[in-house]
Amino acid sequence: MSVLLEVTNLRTEFATRAGLVRAVDGVSLRVARGECLGVVGESGSGKSVTFSSVMGLVRSPGRVAAGTIHFDGRDLRGLAPEEMRAIRGRDIAMTMQDALTALNPALTVGEQMAEVMIAHDDTLPSARGARRSAIRDRSVEMLGLVGIPAPETRLRQYPHEFSGGMRQRIMIAIALTCRPQLLIADEPTTALDVTIQAQVLELISDIRARLGMSVVLITHDLGVVAEHCDRVMVMYAGQVVEEGPTDQVIGAPRHPYTRGLLASIPRPALRGQPIRPIVGQVPDLVGLPPQCRFHSRCPLARQGCLVQVPMLPAGPGRQARCLRLEETS
Amino acid sequence: MSLLEVTGLSKHYAGRPSLVQRVTRDPGQVVRAVNGVSLAVERGEVLGLIGESGCGKSTLGRAILRLHEPSAGRVTFDGTEVTALAPPALKAMRRRMQIIFQDPYASLNPRRTVAEIVGLPLALHGIASGEEAREITARVLERVGLKAGQLDRYPHQFSGGQRQRIGIARALVSNPEFIVCDEPVSALDVSIQAQIIALLLELKRDLGLTYLFISHDISVIGYLSDRVAVMYLGEIVETGPVAAVLDNPRHPYTQSLLSAVPEIGARRDRKARVRLQGDLPSPLNPPKGCKFHTRCPLATGICRSAAPQTRDLGGAHSAACHRLDEGLSLLEGGR
Amino acid sequence: MTDAAILSVPQAESLFRRNLRDFRRNRLAMASLIVILVFVVMAVAAPLIAPQDPNETDLLRRLQPPGWAPGGDWAYALGCDGLGRDILSRIIYGARISIFIGLAVIFLATGVGILAGLAAGYFRGWVDVVISRVVDILLGFPYLIFAIGLMAMMGPGLMNIVLALAYKEWVIPCRVVRGETLAVRELEYVEAARALGAGPRHIMWREILPNILSPVIVISTIRMANVIILEASLSFLGLGVQPPTASWGSMVSDGRAFILEAWWVSTFPGIAILLLVLAINVASQGLRDAFDPRFSE
Repeated sequence: MSVLLEVTNLRTEFATRAGLVRAVDGVSLRVARGECLGVVGESGSGKSVTFSSVMGLVRSPGRVAAGTIHFDGRDLRGLAPEEMRAIRGRDIAMTMQDALTALNPALTVGEQMAEVMIAHDDTLPSARGARRSAIRDRSVEMLGLVGIPAPETRLRQYPHEFSGGMRQRIMIAIALTCRPQLLIADEPTTALDVTIQAQVLELISDIRARLGMSVVLITHDLGVVAEHCDRVMVMYAGQVVEEGPTDQVIGAPRHPYTRGLLASIPRPALRGQPIRPIVGQVPDLVGLPPQCRFHSRCPLARQGCLVQVPMLPAGPGRQARCLRLEETS
Repeated sequence: MSLLEVTGLSKHYAGRPSLVQRVTRDPGQVVRAVNGVSLAVERGEVLGLIGESGCGKSTLGRAILRLHEPSAGRVTFDGTEVTALAPPALKAMRRRMQIIFQDPYASLNPRRTVAEIVGLPLALHGIASGEEAREITARVLERVGLKAGQLDRYPHQFSGGQRQRIGIARALVSNPEFIVCDEPVSALDVSIQAQIIALLLELKRDLGLTYLFISHDISVIGYLSDRVAVMYLGEIVETGPVAAVLDNPRHPYTQSLLSAVPEIGARRDRKARVRLQGDLPSPLNPPKGCKFHTRCPLATGICRSAAPQTRDLGGAHSAACHRLDEGLSLLEGGR
Repeated sequence: MTDAAILSVPQAESLFRRNLRDFRRNRLAMASLIVILVFVVMAVAAPLIAPQDPNETDLLRRLQPPGWAPGGDWAYALGCDGLGRDILSRIIYGARISIFIGLAVIFLATGVGILAGLAAGYFRGWVDVVISRVVDILLGFPYLIFAIGLMAMMGPGLMNIVLALAYKEWVIPCRVVRGETLAVRELEYVEAARALGAGPRHIMWREILPNILSPVIVISTIRMANVIILEASLSFLGLGVQPPTASWGSMVSDGRAFILEAWWVSTFPGIAILLLVLAINVASQGLRDAFDPRFSE
């Protein structure tokens, strides 16, 4: 499979009152064509900032300080703002966690879809009538694709007239309007109920298979990743700590953080057995020394862990940022 | 006798009637947030109450404590009818029945110190004051994993998980017997969530507490409950011991809820799935008959016309569905 | 695993102190604060500072120009008015009236407004209906005309001015307090206090009020500038404090007759009003920026 997105050594910093925060510190990743990559992490892990950086959406006081971002052979960091705008929405699309605030409440769903098409689609006919009906047909098709009944009438409605699950579908429909090669779904189901969450996730998987696009699924829910992603990348305090095929990473995690995270998930099957949470909390990202960031919470930590740890091979197609890998195999 | 008994409890919210409605004595639109719920919680057990947003589970928890005045029904706690108590007696009862909230940010007054927040029940009920109150507060803080030295800090100086610990300390300080846990871990990160769950279970064991644990997360409920009640649109549709409900769900809603949970170690192609179509109907305009029939794949004519009675299935397991006898199971069909 | 990590604390600074630091960083606001302080000192220490007796008339010095102008005398630095009284001294004494009335009206109005607003927002129902209707009705009257009417009925005098202005001024804090109370009473910490057995009094004073005080303080400061202008307007119209007591508004009014031949009579008290009002407005902007989280980053 060929590589669609390749990020190397990405560093994104935020200037705060307390000091410089490296929200993303040396993240490298690859997304192959047609693949679904799961990105897992807790709040503050840098998982969303990583992909805002890819999209060129990091705003002051934040900035992408270092690293390269190659998408479909182009260097995104070297692009002018208007070139980047042309790629956003057309080649890479992103959906946000909160569909209610991400959609414009003052425009109908149809108008919002038309905007994206007018901005990006050069294949639209230039005659006004033909153009309008082309836009309408495509919008109806997209809403139908995401499973919204009666799309012709729904197009004329405003976001507040839809339920939470429906709004998430609409946001996906808008993101898919220009048939992007990569869909970045940022916590697409966190705000939704389980039964609706299942519908939306299945929809994304289904469309991915049908359109052959790549998907990055940003989530805090390992269960979602286990069911929907080919590969998974676990982030902690701004760094990737483990990466590999989903079955292997979840079935036999090698990094102590991934192991702790899996052990933290309460499961009905574990009833009566004590739960073993990771102790402590995520370190403050201001002024972190260049050493293993998990060592203060790590059950395997030794004195020797207080050094900068690179990603190390942890099996075929797998890597983990830990010096104690032989103890976790 | 059960520690807590709830019989036919309802909480209806009336929309503000318009002038015309007032003249014509039309009650206007009524939201039946909780509709005739009966349940019992035994001393020392955890009853898990599960349901999706808008099903009325939080309202039920608050109606039990009379934080929201119930519209109808009875709540009996340790032989005392809570719903009949006058304000002074209710205030005294609050020492014994407590609540932990979901949002660790909204549930702590930002202008008060930890000592004031956690020590409030001591002052309100005249349990202790001054140095003594401070000592008790410090002890409870240490019990929930914080430091006595943090007494004079303000909530914004703590992280989400620590704030949830402060909320737990506040609920514990008056030595209650029963605590409504209203989604206490839903706003927390996975690793912090596990810390709080472990703490709640430890406190329950050590202090002999009884919980009504409200959550939308089946994994959490399944892990820590003894019994489970499943709620849909203001009504309890299935209840029973956790093993019975989770391993052998009988109500089609419970079945679809369980199959929707993404599970580790089960990829989508290997798992039987029941997919519910559509969304939760509006509680302003709930469906007639069985409230689930609009989304139920098994619905037939009778489901659309008559509300099902709760049926005993043996082994303290019961469900409210017309089609229980026919032995239909969505999960079996999918397997 | 040590406890140190569990107990690591994001920031060890109280909210109030952070707000205060924000305010101190705002240079313009600090400058305004200094201007206000100068006026306050002037008002308090007027007998010590004023070079002349403010009420001493001297027809020989009638319309005497300021010290730097031809015919001026530096002992009467800002010149004299139509009765030969020293304008600088009268401005210094006038500060007492403006600041006293501004403070008195705002304290009275804010006190009443907090009580009424808390009651309306907390109890809702008929209490809210009654209070809100009264507020709506009072808001329907033009402020100045309302005050003029009241002054005409009660007659002039310092306390009457305070009452006439506070009569309507309280609706402003009342509306703010009511709105904030409605929002805060639904928060979980208020519910938590109720669950712990707290009664309405505790909830209103201890849980709600401290959390809504910032916007009230900010709005009260902004309104104080307005009250000072209103007082000046009343005095200008002759409905304010009685002569010979010096008041900026009546000084401006007195100078009207000589505006062409003796510009200083009206101009200097006018500048005093402008300076104080401007300083209060800028300072209250700074307060708002510092205390209202919606305006700070």
